[in-house]
Amino acid sequence: MPSEDAAPPLDVDQILADPGVRIVVCCGAGGVGKTTTAAALALRAAERHGRRTVVLTIDPARRLAQSLGLTELDNTPRQVKGIDVEASGGELHAMMLDMKRTFDDVVLAHTDPAKAAEIFANPFYQAMSSTFSGTQEYMAMEKLGQLHARGEWDLIVVDTPPSRSALDFLDAPARLSRFLDGRMLRLLLAPARSGGRSMFSLVTASFGMFSKAVQKVLGAQLLTDLSGFVAALDSMFGGFRQRAEQTYRILQARETAFLLVAAPESDAVREAAYFAGRLREERMPLAGLVLNRVHRPAVPELDAATSRAAADRLAELGGHEGTVEVLRAHAALARQAVREQQVAARFTEAFPEVPTVSVTAQPADVHDVDGLRTIGAAISRS
Amino acid sequence: MRGAERPTDPAGTGWPARLHVVTGKGGTGKTSVAAALAMALAAGGRRTLLVEVEGRQGIAQLFGIDPLPYEERHLTAAPGGGEVRALAVDAEEALLEYLDMFYRLGAAGRALRKFGAIDFATTIAPGLRDVLLTGKAKEATTRTVDQRRVYDAVVLDAPPTGRIGRFLNVTAETARLAKVGPIKTQSEGVAALLRSPMTAVHVVTLLEEMPVQETVDAIAELTSYGFPVGRIIVNGTRPPLPTGRAVSAAELRRGLVAAGLPTDKETVAGLHDEARDQLIRRELEDSLRTDLVELGLPMIELPLLPDGVDRAGLATLADALLRAD
Repeated sequence: MPSEDAAPPLDVDQILADPGVRIVVCCGAGGVGKTTTAAALALRAAERHGRRTVVLTIDPARRLAQSLGLTELDNTPRQVKGIDVEASGGELHAMMLDMKRTFDDVVLAHTDPAKAAEIFANPFYQAMSSTFSGTQEYMAMEKLGQLHARGEWDLIVVDTPPSRSALDFLDAPARLSRFLDGRMLRLLLAPARSGGRSMFSLVTASFGMFSKAVQKVLGAQLLTDLSGFVAALDSMFGGFRQRAEQTYRILQARETAFLLVAAPESDAVREAAYFAGRLREERMPLAGLVLNRVHRPAVPELDAATSRAAADRLAELGGHEGTVEVLRAHAALARQAVREQQVAARFTEAFPEVPTVSVTAQPADVHDVDGLRTIGAAISRS
Repeated sequence: MRGAERPTDPAGTGWPARLHVVTGKGGTGKTSVAAALAMALAAGGRRTLLVEVEGRQGIAQLFGIDPLPYEERHLTAAPGGGEVRALAVDAEEALLEYLDMFYRLGAAGRALRKFGAIDFATTIAPGLRDVLLTGKAKEATTRTVDQRRVYDAVVLDAPPTGRIGRFLNVTAETARLAKVGPIKTQSEGVAALLRSPMTAVHVVTLLEEMPVQETVDAIAELTSYGFPVGRIIVNGTRPPLPTGRAVSAAELRRGLVAAGLPTDKETVAGLHDEARDQLIRRELEDSLRTDLVELGLPMIELPLLPDGVDRAGLATLADALLRAD
């Protein structure tokens, strides 16, 4: 494929086998097979490369989760049984992220039980820990940080949340630490106190006005709840931010490998290109692009136009309905393959140095260990 | 609002709602379908608004134009003199607009933005962001000038199936947290519109396992929250195979000879394999289609666009949507 001729080939086995690589982050747009890819890579790391591996999935399809023995959200890695690790000595553990529980754990880790109970009872906390946009992204990072800190695994494979954009995943720590910083919250709750001392009188004046407006708009009850929440969280701010920053630094380190996952569709490729740019800006290690669901005709020499023309001739001739259908299907497949190459080339033109591997589309979805093994082999080209 | 009532079936088609919320799993072509629906409903001299809320600039990318500002802009003409306008709703802008409307913040509002306070407020207040986004869609849907509705229909390119229930239901969540005040009133107004026959939530899917599973889940969730589900829109479908049976290698070889194509072993075996995969795929698609039909909702199938979604492709989709009964 032209897109692959131009880009260096991605050797996934080299990454999975490298003891220096401790974290693999799979990211990309929704609907490109990100979770399946993460699970397949983790399985391969355990079976082929003998690594003690844990895969952190965010929102797996039910049947895929079941194939890994994940039947409930319990937020703890469980060993996956029935895989072929006798020769390699590896292990595979899997877990599904429970956003609320992870948040609760963070609170518990940073405060005493009485205060934690107070926080858990706050309606603001309840809403935020389960519906706050960005909480899932932040908690995925937090969980990654926790797993990494425990040091029990050779390799952590992370599936990223289906964010509205790639941005959310990288920005989550900064955004949440901005929130948890609390400075602004305190200003908001007590504008009068800071008013006299501030050099930025316009800003402070605006803030007073803003606070009043917020009181009017949101209602005093919400501000009271918010105030209680902030007061209770106060002691934890530093710890929160520190953890978020720590995880961010781990992502920048050489022990991390980011893999972009995409399908040969405009949206997905655009998202991948955008993400590649972001990773470069943030100086995070991009290892390569996994291009899933690529269509490849079994007879590449027969192009779409020739195949279609032949089908038309045969149809006129009559008596070859079966072959007509086969040739039309081949023409459609060949045409799709050409279009996919054009779409994929947009990424390669922008990032010619990023190693790439194309994975052929499977006729059916994957929901068992055998299927994951097949995908893993396809990604590794072996 | 009631005084300006016109028939609730804007384009005289099978789309009896004014606010069309389009969701679907990522990768199913949700944005393309939303755009095509806005075009279809604008046909015959009507005017529609296509709204996006996720800051992805998906509409601009689809139409190959510059990023959309927070402003209703002409997007494209529709057949028969219609017009589609587009709007990328930005939560921060919507909050400023909202505050300005009620409290006349002016320059102070701009200072707040510099300070990052707006970003802060829309980030921390649970659901405030989503209330502002859905609130803007409601405002556009119900806006009138001289007792006439500005838009015959509003099409919302909504968050994907995994988040749609939470996104639409956030108004209820916010109303629970904010027990008094304009946000509560606003939330309740939006929640009422979203649960009325003025609204239809359409779910876009492909004939693939995960999108179909998410469609089934999303419809159950939407129904449990009381949101009116409109249509299941099956994107990227292929016409049925006329014979739809397996072809023997010998038969295929005879056909290739008759067509004057190569009949070497590799070609015959390769084409035979392709045909087999195609049949496996088609059987799976048929069984998934049956699963969707069993949901008992109106369903429409859109054709696969072999060259991707360009302007001509959008027109094809719009045409297919208009023919829905």
